[in-house]
Amino acid sequence: MIANLHAGSAVTAAFLASLVEAVEALTVVLAVAVVRGWRPAGLGAIAGLAVLTVIVAALGPLLDRVPLNALQLAIGVLLLLFGMRWLRKAILRAAGLVALHDEAAAFASETAELHEQANRHEQRLDWLAGLASFKAVLLEGLEVVFIVIAVSAGRGSLIPVSAAALAACILVAIAGLVVHRPLARVPENTLKFAVGVMLSAFGLFWTGEGFGVAWPGADLAILAFIALFLAAGLGAVALLNRRSATAVS
Amino acid sequence: MTALRALVDELIGLFVDDGALALAIVGVVVLAGIAAWLGAAAPWLSGGILLFGCLGALVGNVLTAKRR
Repeated sequence: MIANLHAGSAVTAAFLASLVEAVEALTVVLAVAVVRGWRPAGLGAIAGLAVLTVIVAALGPLLDRVPLNALQLAIGVLLLLFGMRWLRKAILRAAGLVALHDEAAAFASETAELHEQANRHEQRLDWLAGLASFKAVLLEGLEVVFIVIAVSAGRGSLIPVSAAALAACILVAIAGLVVHRPLARVPENTLKFAVGVMLSAFGLFWTGEGFGVAWPGADLAILAFIALFLAAGLGAVALLNRRSATAVS
Repeated sequence: MTALRALVDELIGLFVDDGALALAIVGVVVLAGIAAWLGAAAPWLSGGILLFGCLGALVGNVLTAKRR
């Protein structure tokens, strides 16, 4: 039961996080495809996926050789940094202090940049466009790989968590192929808020485990941490909104 | 070389966006580590530092973000 709860949280976190990352990568790949066609966009994306596969194949077996406590501590701290970074940005966006991430605007900016490159280096453009696609897939993919490894570390849930991440990426790829536009309607900030909460909770749990902390309720503590980070995040948004309202009046 | 540097910067950027928050998290983790190392008799202390330290770092950071 407790193991299922842990696996369920890990699968949900990986699925939602992968959805966000895949949407961001898709925006750049689509921009490249619109400006220079599907060939450089597709080749760049395939090359990015190939490099990701090599990284996973090379680093995956090494993880088994790292002592569990050290792995939990290292991954826990990285998850705390990664998750709280997402959560901080989502709180500031929800409170209106930072502009919401707009996939349509990101798409427009990427296409404008590619057009500008076209004016400067016409003959090298296919190469540059492919590189933009490659970089987007590689960097967003690395985030997905990190999240998958981090939330499933040492718990034997690598396969379901990887399947969830892959399902999210395939879902976004299919949606992108069908609509041929950036997926601007995905509630990205809400997803980032939820994922930030979950990754921060996992990070806290793993870091504690790495230090030998016996959390009350074992894996159930993750659910309590999720509730606490959620309450802290929503409370911070409410406080920031109240301050803004007071300042205006 | 520039492309490699940009890639490294982007990789660091995956984990560090606001330096103050990253520093606060690392500080909390170091404190929790010291507590775990010194206070084996009170393992809850390290967990408490981690939990309340991280929540405090997050809330403190976003509440002061507007000022900064």
